[in-house]
Amino acid sequence: MKDTKSRLFSSDSRLSDLITAHPSLLSLLTRLGISLGFGDRSIADVCENSGVDTDFFLLICNVYTFNNYVPSTAAILGTDMNGLVPYLEKSHKYYVDKRLPHIERHLDAIAQKLNDRIGKVFISFFKEYKREVVDHFMHEEKEVFPHIGALMMGQRDTSYSISKFLQTHSDIEGKLDDLLNIVFKYLPPQVDDDNVLDVVYDILRLSEDLKKHTFIEEKIMVPLVKHLELANLS
Amino acid sequence: MKQKLLIVEPSEVIVEGLKAVLESQSRFKILEPEVSAERLEQRIMASRPDVLLVNPTLMHVNVSSLRNEYNLAVVALVYQYVEKDVLKAYDGVVEIRDGRSVIIETLAQASPTSEHRNSGNYELTKRETAVLIQLAQGKTNKEVADALNVSVHTVISHRKNITHKTGIKSVAGLTVYAMLNNLIDESSFL
Repeated sequence: MKDTKSRLFSSDSRLSDLITAHPSLLSLLTRLGISLGFGDRSIADVCENSGVDTDFFLLICNVYTFNNYVPSTAAILGTDMNGLVPYLEKSHKYYVDKRLPHIERHLDAIAQKLNDRIGKVFISFFKEYKREVVDHFMHEEKEVFPHIGALMMGQRDTSYSISKFLQTHSDIEGKLDDLLNIVFKYLPPQVDDDNVLDVVYDILRLSEDLKKHTFIEEKIMVPLVKHLELANLS
Repeated sequence: MKQKLLIVEPSEVIVEGLKAVLESQSRFKILEPEVSAERLEQRIMASRPDVLLVNPTLMHVNVSSLRNEYNLAVVALVYQYVEKDVLKAYDGVVEIRDGRSVIIETLAQASPTSEHRNSGNYELTKRETAVLIQLAQGKTNKEVADALNVSVHTVISHRKNITHKTGIKSVAGLTVYAMLNNLIDESSFL
């Protein structure tokens, strides 16, 4: 699909209509800096009031909603991207502080019903995964985001190059899919309770969210930084 | 019923060698080999093979379209240098240095009617279970291959089947699976 911002969401639609049509976008609002209670105001209006760039807001919403929508480099460069790094950081925080602990609580309850040693291995699988995710995010926050910040202020920053990013950007959803399979296919029947169902929905939702997060980093952040690196050299 | 195997390989020496190796087995009927892949599709339509054993360096071989179009397995026959990525597309890899039993096992694993594909049986086979147990103990593909006396390619092919059946890719995940199914206990991997 080409860049069809006009056919996707437009800035004069009501934000509430957008959310009614795509409820999953609700979890994005806080990360984008918009609080609930926006009434019947238009997207442009709400964004302006919250100090969020409307084009940037729409770009992210469109990416989250339309699976084959890949914004063109022109669309990326034509959008105010100052909100990108704060958005990514808030997303990291949301995953690490909210989603993962939430899942972990359910898994703990499930592990209680498993035989002791199996429960331990089950929980340590998740803890190891969580550690990988935290390390992954930490690397981005320490290496990649400061680099972007410097570039955006027009500085030449050769301490890091985004070409390194794609080479080392590892998959953080894979193990979540493993966990999903373990939870709903292989747990013994005695743990069949609400926790299992809840955690399956939670994992599915997080997995989808992380896929989009990776997509935004690889298809929006990387082209943007490549451009800035070149522009700041000349 | 025997399955039909079509060898696509330009070297007469290799073809005759393979035929001799496969002569005594009863699983496959060996069709008259093709020396190139140029007229391969006509040949497939005429003789309806179940498994192709193809030299991946030949031109005109599109593995995934052959597989989908004709519902057959495509196994690579390797004795030259071939990029790893190229081999990923194949259902199995026979190396010229593999022994008779490994070659037959690889072909059998790949063939479309072997149990993991057709019969709807998603239970792990004995061999797959053995591989899983070794992997859960933290062994590398190479170490598993040595322990079970098979080639690394065979281990990789078993791993693919295990993942296909269970939906679990990571070794850590497979370890949890193995424990939940009482295939290993703590003492065997600590």
